Amino acid sequence: MNIFEKILARASRLKEVAPGEIVEADIDLAMIHDLTAPLTIKALQEIGVEEVWDPNKIIVVFDHLVPANTVKTAELHKEIRAFVKQHGIKNFYDVGRGGVCHQVMLESGLVKPGQLIVGADSHTCTYGALGAFATGIGSTDMAAVLATGKLWFRVPEALKIELTGHLGEYVTSKDLILYLIGKIGMNGANYMGVEFTGPALSNLSIADRATICNMVIEAGAKTGIASPDLLVDEYLRGLGGGPVSLLRSDEGSLYRDEIPLDLDGIEPVVACPSSVDNVKPVVEVEGREIDQVFIGSCTNGRIEDLRLAARILEGRRIDRDVRLIVIPASTRTYLQALREGLLDVFIESGGLIGNPNCGPCLGGHMGLLAEGETCISTSNRNFIGRMGSPKADIYLASPATAAASALKGVITDPRRIDQV
Amino acid sequence: MEGYAVKLGDNIDTDLIIPGRYLVLTDPEELALHVFEGVYPGFHEKARRGVILVAGENFGCGSSREHAPIALKSAGVKCIIAKSYARIFYRNALNIGLPLLESREAPQLIEEGDLLRVDPEEGSIFDVSKGFNVAAEPIPGLLRDIILSGGLIPYLKKRFNRDAH
Repeated sequence: MNIFEKILARASRLKEVAPGEIVEADIDLAMIHDLTAPLTIKALQEIGVEEVWDPNKIIVVFDHLVPANTVKTAELHKEIRAFVKQHGIKNFYDVGRGGVCHQVMLESGLVKPGQLIVGADSHTCTYGALGAFATGIGSTDMAAVLATGKLWFRVPEALKIELTGHLGEYVTSKDLILYLIGKIGMNGANYMGVEFTGPALSNLSIADRATICNMVIEAGAKTGIASPDLLVDEYLRGLGGGPVSLLRSDEGSLYRDEIPLDLDGIEPVVACPSSVDNVKPVVEVEGREIDQVFIGSCTNGRIEDLRLAARILEGRRIDRDVRLIVIPASTRTYLQALREGLLDVFIESGGLIGNPNCGPCLGGHMGLLAEGETCISTSNRNFIGRMGSPKADIYLASPATAAASALKGVITDPRRIDQV
Repeated sequence: MEGYAVKLGDNIDTDLIIPGRYLVLTDPEELALHVFEGVYPGFHEKARRGVILVAGENFGCGSSREHAPIALKSAGVKCIIAKSYARIFYRNALNIGLPLLESREAPQLIEEGDLLRVDPEEGSIFDVSKGFNVAAEPIPGLLRDIILSGGLIPYLKKRFNRDAH
């Protein structure tokens, strides 16, 4: 069996499962955030469940609108806090104590290889970086999980991405995943599990793997998993965990398709308005004027991303007509960036630092766009209206490309920045 | 069920259906007022008489926000017919009792404004305006039970009651 089948078989207490089969599986962890919790709580009340299945396996994170931007949001937050208290949920990350839910989950030590995790957020697939089968669900499904600890799944077909070679300087895991989505399309992996494997995987950090797994949903995938190796074990030990077993696909497992990807052949790319698969090499759109740069989100708000952006911005000023918004993905990341002097670099270059949260990525607050404006963003979606006005344009890029573009005021290939 | 066809293209994402700034709303009627806001002005007024969306590939891609199917249903969307769906939207819609049909042919044959008569249980579509039938993919067993119950909550309630007895 491949890794997806193995995890679902284990969670469903079956010896074997096959693609297309519908199984009812035990859930290891369930995560909800401030914008999906209210509908989940409402659905739980409608079902008439008074006790949740296991308060220790439920994680609640405030991240979409943090701190509360309106009275309405404040009321939702208040309602969720009451729910957390009522059910004795200990893994609760309130304002200022966590950050973007997916980064908080990766840092929590709760996520382990081989687990089956659901989150009421589509980017839950991020935890594939640690070898977990993690997938996004809606609020009613989540209510069913919180009530019973179980959920039905259709065993997905699998797509294998075999990685070889090395990423060049200023070419990142974001370029890799955007390139792949451009190649297979927005529904190129619909309903599927995407497994990343191959000799180049060992060169990709957990942060790189998180960026890659985070965006498989943009090709329609149910989940994405980077085949877990010793790096995962090392990462979890670093968080104070014990050794973990690394569940992997068997030799000769079946895949619907296998795609070889040579990292040496990848260059900096952007996803152009207004779909994530509208991917072009940066060199083809260089010179496009921008108004705002956003560096952050569950895709690219980790310390590695901030270091890369700071390396490009250090000692330089951003273009006077551009505003730069940097949002570390978590409190831990924020503190680390502060200690390393990265925040000084961003501020001295003319940027603004936001508190850890989703920020403008989903068009909630902290930097929405006006009609006719253009933003280059390290986030994950450039849909019409995603970050504000439906008449604004969003380009998705790596932190390197975003930082280089902030300096020039136009979309810029980061490989050229040392020449100017 | 009956409704007038509203035709849409491929990759209709959930940000288009209901923008992120409205996710603080939980009242279906309030959500309905903002459906397709910014890209399809006046949609909710048009939908009020009862419409069936007829779309292309990958309907409902993007965010897991259940606000999207809730807003559509509350606005007057009776059912959706599309060539394919994004998986989270598919589950969410069935869970809240908004029927979905998958058909590769129907979106090519049906035109804007056609009156449609749909039987989600049978998977049959009749274009009343043009007078033709077109078939949809059969819905898998468990999902059919959820649809027939009117959504996941009534389905679970039934199950809990059955288990209790």
